[in-house]
Amino acid sequence: MPKLFRAGIWALITVLAVAAFARIALSRGETISAAWLLTAAVCSYAVAYRFYSKIISAKIFALDATRATPAVRLDDGRDFVPTNKWIVFGHHFAAIAGPGPLVGPTLAAQFGYLPGIIWIVVGVALGGAVQDFVILCSSVRRDGKSLGQMAREEIGPVAGITALVAVLGIMIVLLAVLGLVVVNALKSSPWGTVTIGLTIPIAIAMGVYLKWIRPGRVLEATGLGLVALVLALYFGQWVSQQPTLAAMFTLSGTTLAISIMVYSFFASVMPVWLLLAPRDYLSAFVKIAVIFALALGIIVTLPPMHMPAVTRFVDGTGPVFAGKVFPFAFITIACGAISGFHALVSSGTTPKLLMSEADARMIGYGSMLMESFVAVMALIAACALTPGVYFAVNAPASAIGTTAASAAEAIRNWGFTLDPAEMQRLAQQVGETSLLSRTGGAPSLALGMAQIFSGALGGQEAVALWYHFAIMFEALFILTTLDAGTRIGRFMLQDLGGKIWAPFGRVSWYPAVLTSSAAIVLMWGYFLYQGVTDPLGGINSLWPLFGISNQLLATVALCVGTTIIIKMGKAKYAFTTMLPLAWLTIICMVAGWEKIFSPDVKIGFLSHAHSIQDIIASGVLPASIASMADAKRMISNDYLDAGVAAFFMISTVVILVASFAEWYAVLSGSKLAVSSEVPYSAIPATGD
Amino acid sequence: MTTRDAFEAVRHNLERAGCVVRRVIGVPDYDIYVTHLRSRHPDVVPPSREEFTQERQATKYSKPGSRCC
Repeated sequence: MPKLFRAGIWALITVLAVAAFARIALSRGETISAAWLLTAAVCSYAVAYRFYSKIISAKIFALDATRATPAVRLDDGRDFVPTNKWIVFGHHFAAIAGPGPLVGPTLAAQFGYLPGIIWIVVGVALGGAVQDFVILCSSVRRDGKSLGQMAREEIGPVAGITALVAVLGIMIVLLAVLGLVVVNALKSSPWGTVTIGLTIPIAIAMGVYLKWIRPGRVLEATGLGLVALVLALYFGQWVSQQPTLAAMFTLSGTTLAISIMVYSFFASVMPVWLLLAPRDYLSAFVKIAVIFALALGIIVTLPPMHMPAVTRFVDGTGPVFAGKVFPFAFITIACGAISGFHALVSSGTTPKLLMSEADARMIGYGSMLMESFVAVMALIAACALTPGVYFAVNAPASAIGTTAASAAEAIRNWGFTLDPAEMQRLAQQVGETSLLSRTGGAPSLALGMAQIFSGALGGQEAVALWYHFAIMFEALFILTTLDAGTRIGRFMLQDLGGKIWAPFGRVSWYPAVLTSSAAIVLMWGYFLYQGVTDPLGGINSLWPLFGISNQLLATVALCVGTTIIIKMGKAKYAFTTMLPLAWLTIICMVAGWEKIFSPDVKIGFLSHAHSIQDIIASGVLPASIASMADAKRMISNDYLDAGVAAFFMISTVVILVASFAEWYAVLSGSKLAVSSEVPYSAIPATGD
Repeated sequence: MTTRDAFEAVRHNLERAGCVVRRVIGVPDYDIYVTHLRSRHPDVVPPSREEFTQERQATKYSKPGSRCC
């Protein structure tokens, strides 16, 4: 009875998922093993994939293996190439997985692991994977059209413009916040700075090798690059042990921020083959390798979760970022649960590679589940640290002071314990002078990963190398994102500018290239600089803005998806996209409103501005603000941030209203439901 | 099977694995393009490997959609 047997297996997996979640939720005051989180996640993914994604593949799109995909019909050997599904899967996964799913869960660990694991798993099954899959199917049925094009054609020109502006907005905030993560990871760390600095000449050497020495031998060059990366790791350690050299490379946050801006400017105007492409190969390779290694390390060591399931900081007083668990956990973890950015990938390269429609389920829904699993691993790595160490690393100096003793005192007041000597020992062990207030998520993730890796491989002596390896791995792909993002921003800006004054749009006209690149760098650089100099740590204001902008893009994607489903005459299945859309709208609106208007000065931009105004009026500056000019700049930053949040909220409303109008018109019959899909054509019987 | 055959088999498999890895990390595939041109457009002279790579990379990094955060 194979059918009954299969039903039994699925019932068992479902029971396992529920049991594991129950175990996680009911663990009060005891330490549970990471195995429970892994079981809850993996079993839920299996059930969601088997049953929920089938609604989309079978009922909504009726995916048909005999229907020719754009790759088959439009095969040009370049953009449209029918590709094996495992290769597309790997390619799509490498494109969607980045620092996002690693940093968000690390920050949200301040609430404990329970809110994080629930949102990551439920959010991906009902939200993120649905979005990626629906957009992928929609694009595949429309010759690989982009999200922006579909928004314009399905909803209307207003939605199209909103999508365009949302992409530019999210890009600016994303680049700033990722820049801040790198700055905080490298601040006062000669080892990290030297190693990351060396990745630039390594990538250039690879570029030169590929251009002139052995053209086209990408794997050979990447292999050599990887060897050079390991050498750079050891060289960084050596530098950090030479007092004079170490002092030279011990840089402040502001110096690093300016260096990163200058670097990104040059990187984005240099030829792609010289720096960006080789480093992209390197970082894609390292990314996939590290994610596999992390999964292996976690499965082998199954670390205990030292963080409580729920901490007291769900009340909004958290030091890592301010705000209650609702709505802030849901915007802090974007990638991993649902990320609007993925809609760009699902309507970008991937739909043009799909060999068969039947592959879309595994690639659209499946790779998002895998990204979610990466987020679960990041959450495990963060919660495997003791809460004392986690908060000492992730809380800004304004919350824990600048010495191990003051940090221990503050952390004791929060109900956790931290031995100041332990903090000193840990810093020494990883080859840093201090690990206090290394905000941004990367250092604590690196610490968690170093513990897991060294537990599985290498023992105590290897902790320092693993720590810096993890920092290097994150910084490597953040830098790649920075210059790729700046370059894309530049093209978008030139495209927009070209509509006003044609010569500005010419991509090879240097004055336009330089001005638009500089403009993009200055835009995100302004936010980055503001974050670096913010006494509250920068992450507190920038990460929520990034979360809101990313969820705004997801709102656009889900509106497009819902519109397409309704126009297909499948309105009864539109709940699949409307459910996450409703939830995201609530999250975005509440979070945006609180970031602007909350009376708590740590949350609300306006009340924070007023509190600084009061300080200026009183004439006595606190130690964290150096001068009156700084105080005034903080006020204008607050107004700017409030304006950005308001802009994202208004955009959300605009896109929703435009979509509602379209849905109403179609459902009420005043507008004909016409599918804009490319008509069916069968796959040629014999391939070539 | 002779040693030579075994060696050939290993080499062949390594080459295939290399091909997969290259495409996963997003290297433009010149050979596929040339094969495509030969079979569908025999009259077109294929660009050189360098021209092809340059054009592919410029396209890839000029619009959003090839990567995420």
